[in-house]
Amino acid sequence: MPHNQAHGDAHRIEVYTKVNDTTSMVMLKKLRSFGYDIEECKVVEVYTVNKDFGEKQLREIAEMLSNPVSQSYLLDSAVSSTTTPATSGLNFDFALEIGFLPGVTDNVASTAREEISELLKCKFENEESVHTSSLIFVSAAGVKDTGGTGSSSSPASALTEADILKIGNKLANSLIQRIHVKSHEKFAAERGMDVIVPKVNLQKPKAVSTVSLDLPEAELLKLGKEGILDEDGTRRGPLALDKDALEAIKTYFTGVGRDPTDIELESLAQTWSEHCKHTIFAAKIDDNEEGLYKGYIKRATKEIRAAKGDKDFCVSVFSDNSGGIIFDENWIITDKAETHNSPSALDPFGGAITGIIGVNRDTIGFGLGAKPIINKYGFCVGNPDDQEPIFRDKELTQEALPPKRILEGVIDGVNAGGNCSGIPTPQGFVYFDESYKGKPLVFVGTVGLIPKTINGKPSWEKEAKRDDKIVVIGGRVGQDGIHGATFSSEALTAGSPATAVQIGDPITQKKFSDAIVKEARDLELYNSITDNGAGGLSCSVAEMAKEVGGCEVNLETIPLKYPNLEPWKIWLSESQERMTLAVPPSKLQQFLELMSKRGVEATVIGEFNDSGRCIVNYNGQKIMDLDLEFLHNGLPRKKIKTTYTKPKTKEAKFDQPQDLTQTLLAMLARPNIASYEFITTQYDHNVQGGSILKPLQGKGRVNSPTSITKPFPETNRGIICSQGLNPKYSHIDTYHMAASAIDTAVRNVIAVGGTLDYLALMDNFCWCSSTESERLGQLKAACEAVYEYAVTYGAPYISGKDSMFNDFKGFDKQGKAIKISAVPTLLISSLGVLDDLTLAVSLDPKFAGDLIYILGETKDELGGSEYFDSMGEVAAGDVPKVDSKSAIQLYKKFRSAIEKRLISSALSPNIGGLGVTLAKKAIAGQLGMEIDLCNLSAGGIPRADHTLFSESQSRIVVTIDPKRQKEFEEHFADLPFGLLGHTTEDKNFIIKANNGDKPSEVILKTNIATLDQYYRKNYLA
Amino acid sequence: MKPKVLVITGYGINCEEETAKCFNIAGAESEIVHINDIIDGSRKFKNYQIIAFPGGFSYGDDTGSGNAMANKITNNLKEDLLTYLKDDKLVIGICNGMQIMANLGLVPATDMKYGERQAAMMRNVNVKLECRWVYVKNVSKKCIWTKGIEMMHLPISHGEGNFYTEAEILQKMKDNDQVVFKFVNEDGSPANNQYPINPNGALEDIAGICDPTGKIFALMPHPERFNSFTNEDNWELKKETLIRAGQPLPTQGDGLRILRNGVEYFK
Repeated sequence: MPHNQAHGDAHRIEVYTKVNDTTSMVMLKKLRSFGYDIEECKVVEVYTVNKDFGEKQLREIAEMLSNPVSQSYLLDSAVSSTTTPATSGLNFDFALEIGFLPGVTDNVASTAREEISELLKCKFENEESVHTSSLIFVSAAGVKDTGGTGSSSSPASALTEADILKIGNKLANSLIQRIHVKSHEKFAAERGMDVIVPKVNLQKPKAVSTVSLDLPEAELLKLGKEGILDEDGTRRGPLALDKDALEAIKTYFTGVGRDPTDIELESLAQTWSEHCKHTIFAAKIDDNEEGLYKGYIKRATKEIRAAKGDKDFCVSVFSDNSGGIIFDENWIITDKAETHNSPSALDPFGGAITGIIGVNRDTIGFGLGAKPIINKYGFCVGNPDDQEPIFRDKELTQEALPPKRILEGVIDGVNAGGNCSGIPTPQGFVYFDESYKGKPLVFVGTVGLIPKTINGKPSWEKEAKRDDKIVVIGGRVGQDGIHGATFSSEALTAGSPATAVQIGDPITQKKFSDAIVKEARDLELYNSITDNGAGGLSCSVAEMAKEVGGCEVNLETIPLKYPNLEPWKIWLSESQERMTLAVPPSKLQQFLELMSKRGVEATVIGEFNDSGRCIVNYNGQKIMDLDLEFLHNGLPRKKIKTTYTKPKTKEAKFDQPQDLTQTLLAMLARPNIASYEFITTQYDHNVQGGSILKPLQGKGRVNSPTSITKPFPETNRGIICSQGLNPKYSHIDTYHMAASAIDTAVRNVIAVGGTLDYLALMDNFCWCSSTESERLGQLKAACEAVYEYAVTYGAPYISGKDSMFNDFKGFDKQGKAIKISAVPTLLISSLGVLDDLTLAVSLDPKFAGDLIYILGETKDELGGSEYFDSMGEVAAGDVPKVDSKSAIQLYKKFRSAIEKRLISSALSPNIGGLGVTLAKKAIAGQLGMEIDLCNLSAGGIPRADHTLFSESQSRIVVTIDPKRQKEFEEHFADLPFGLLGHTTEDKNFIIKANNGDKPSEVILKTNIATLDQYYRKNYLA
Repeated sequence: MKPKVLVITGYGINCEEETAKCFNIAGAESEIVHINDIIDGSRKFKNYQIIAFPGGFSYGDDTGSGNAMANKITNNLKEDLLTYLKDDKLVIGICNGMQIMANLGLVPATDMKYGERQAAMMRNVNVKLECRWVYVKNVSKKCIWTKGIEMMHLPISHGEGNFYTEAEILQKMKDNDQVVFKFVNEDGSPANNQYPINPNGALEDIAGICDPTGKIFALMPHPERFNSFTNEDNWELKKETLIRAGQPLPTQGDGLRILRNGVEYFK
């Protein structure tokens, strides 16, 4: 078992900041926000150098690691009795140290180790190592009543050790970090903190064991659900194999005449997992022989491509790590969106960072290797103010993280992953619903760029060849992420494996990404490449073996993070930042030399062949020998029966509020509508120099649902990205939920200047309880819309992904069993190309006196709306329905209006409807508005609140130059539109409406500053 | 003759491609070179007229932004670099490049003490990466790279841009005209350390500095990210203004002026 070890040769270097110590100031704020009355605190960076250096060398190291202008350092905690120089006179009560658990990736330590090696021209041998931790000195002013955390009885003058432990547990994630506390007295008596070297000590493993499948049915099912029984009586964790799958495996091995080995069984479980094989989307569904994937999604793309004929822009769809479309005559752009929901529930930071850099590898793994150029995100979490604890276990010891903490963690994760990788992140959203409380949805996506041809050959084609060496590049293997694929195919419970947590290392990936995409690819040093994601090598190697017909791997050649890892774990580990390549023997030396020169670890682990088998050896012993055909196609196809009883909705019961001004302001402050600038500005969206339409627009900095990025400084062509989702509509009808998500993603692209002729889509289904026929019925209905609307719009799907079990099974604080299922959610991502960037239209009105129009019809459709949800009636009323025929007319006309430069600002109403759209536009332009709703094209809505907040789809609100009114109205003459009013120099925001036959009167009056204030309410404060 | 620009990359530097392209647009001939190819001698500093340290996250900011890359250069190439500086040549460092140069001691290098760390690029006051557009004012007559520039609108994106140095060094920098860019309001008035006009808390709103000769320039904003008219924050408003006035739309971005100054130096 792993444990912490004090080590004789190890030394501590403590680096502290002397001036402007913002890190300590922010920590102080954070500790106070936990409810403790902290007087002061001081954060110190600690390097534990586990190598026997003398003092002179240690000084040199410390001087290199610290900045002499702003920092100083201490060696081996040379402390006096009451204070340390680091605390500069602070009379601390406790010292709290947070370090990593053994085996957890420590990026800073790896860098420090490299710096030390170069500085002293030395090598770290065997078990010599470097580790980092952070040391926090805390001095208490007293302890407040922290409202149920149990510290209220403490004396007013002191923090107890229990308090500090609690603080430590809040700051650290116990799945990956350790905490160590010393009181002032103990710290003084022992002259500082202990030297702790987190080291993984594993017993030398048995190479392999066999597993008998000749079991009673209950035992067999248990094996599938909870995993292989180890000698110590514990189970290894879910295989997620159902009865049919287990029977198929049993039959195969009966035929072979032996029991499977553990690695064979684990390998089959990974390859056959819902996560990898998408068994539900592949299943025969009711009478549909083709199933959801082939019968709806793939079919839509096939039909659209056929209809487009010469104008088909798809290059590679559904067959590779990403989908690819033509960008211009020389280049292809790729797109892929993933989810990383289960890991983010346990460790939000780790889940999100490995999510974003994982999807980057889907770009690097497209064809012969595309360069990641745009990152996208989407965070669906529970309500940020929800503090009600929920637990994973009946004993109430494993509390699930609250939504706010999950959100903070995932925001930080994408920050670290995207920013460090030098990929702009201009596109994303946050969305809140109580149903995401147990398991958040963390969407991550990446657009890539690759030349059409590489040395005259198509770049998207790749094929491993016989005798090619199997080469793995990037990070080393540890037990991180074991059972990731099978784990995400099950609901989140107490048994969910902690080893599924992973820490990302973006720089290791950046190094090989550059070496591959910017060098090795164009030198043609390899024949094929793929990502190591879910299932690790077991999936990537076996997947690539399909291209050639067989593979043989020697597991002992694989570089490990620590010795004695069991072979099945090496094979399955999802340790991050690795790619698998097929390198021809003639290019091997050149390839390995290039990788070495770029600081990338590359290792030959085996060979591809055409044996038809997937063979794995460990120290000369054959431990896996499976028929490749069985491994990939032996899983019996599921048959699914669905039902869908659509709820009968009633009219909403509440009356129109007296004060609509207050209603609008409250809507603006709702987290699903409010500004998320605090996320936008911490994600670099300018890197690579191609930011055009930005995530914040106008003088008033309003979040835009759409972004435009250009891949080349010297050209005028750009990539449009947007996203659409309307999960609350699923409460009423998943068909219309899906239709709205598609229309939203499409019209957002149209609103900035894109065209229907050049628009691709991606689908990400996040469903729940996907064994229940009703949930599957909802899924089928959504897929029907996914097919129909894509075909009508002529927008093909180029890639997609599904995550079918977004359920949390746990307990409330009384220990009562609860299940929280994420509302059926479909994220549609859109990808368009804009041929002239100067056509791009932003959402902010530009000048006072401009006319404000609405294009499209507003209907009384508030079912599933944010407004009805705010009134506690989310499932009342009619859900918005998309009339794609009239939408297409509008979208085509809109583009020609943009070409005539008639549109000076545009924003399409979505969540919150017209009222919110007008308010956002007013804030963005910092211009007042005078609006009269009586000119709305559709006159059929009696209530002003319904008119303001209906989420009718396919509408766009624009402002135009008043001199061009006639031209504009003639242009849109055949379509429903209404002149709503005009922008004003004064900063008042006034809406009038008519009541019956009476003349219009003011129903809402406020000003830009007030709108702004509500729009920017910080729901994380 | 086009000056040759060495654009350094490797270990997480990530702005090398757009920096190289923008130097080419500005009239130079740039080459992207991995730091290890300089260390192993296959490329040499002396064959270039300009060295550019682009932005990025070298070593993921581990052990302090720019510190690990600076250590790599100091531990392997210190003499070569100091020799390069003796010739009449230029160096520019952008964002992470500035952080690397501060750690290398290429700036401010008061008293011509090249190689001595005299300034620290500390964490932003709000301890988060800040990606936004800022206004900077040129207050230096000496810096080659900012000749003819009064004010600029440029994007920043960094987590550690909080410039700090001791009072004595700061005074020497001022005496020597080594403070180049300061964060200012849109009207050119001082930021006075007000967030977000000064986005990181930098001492005296300092956003860019040079060495005592004015040839070595380090700045936090990214001029290469303002390479075209359509890059600028709120360019859509300028576009609409020009369209209504019947004026043509410009194509190039203002940020190229800095790179062009470097290129012009060799003409």
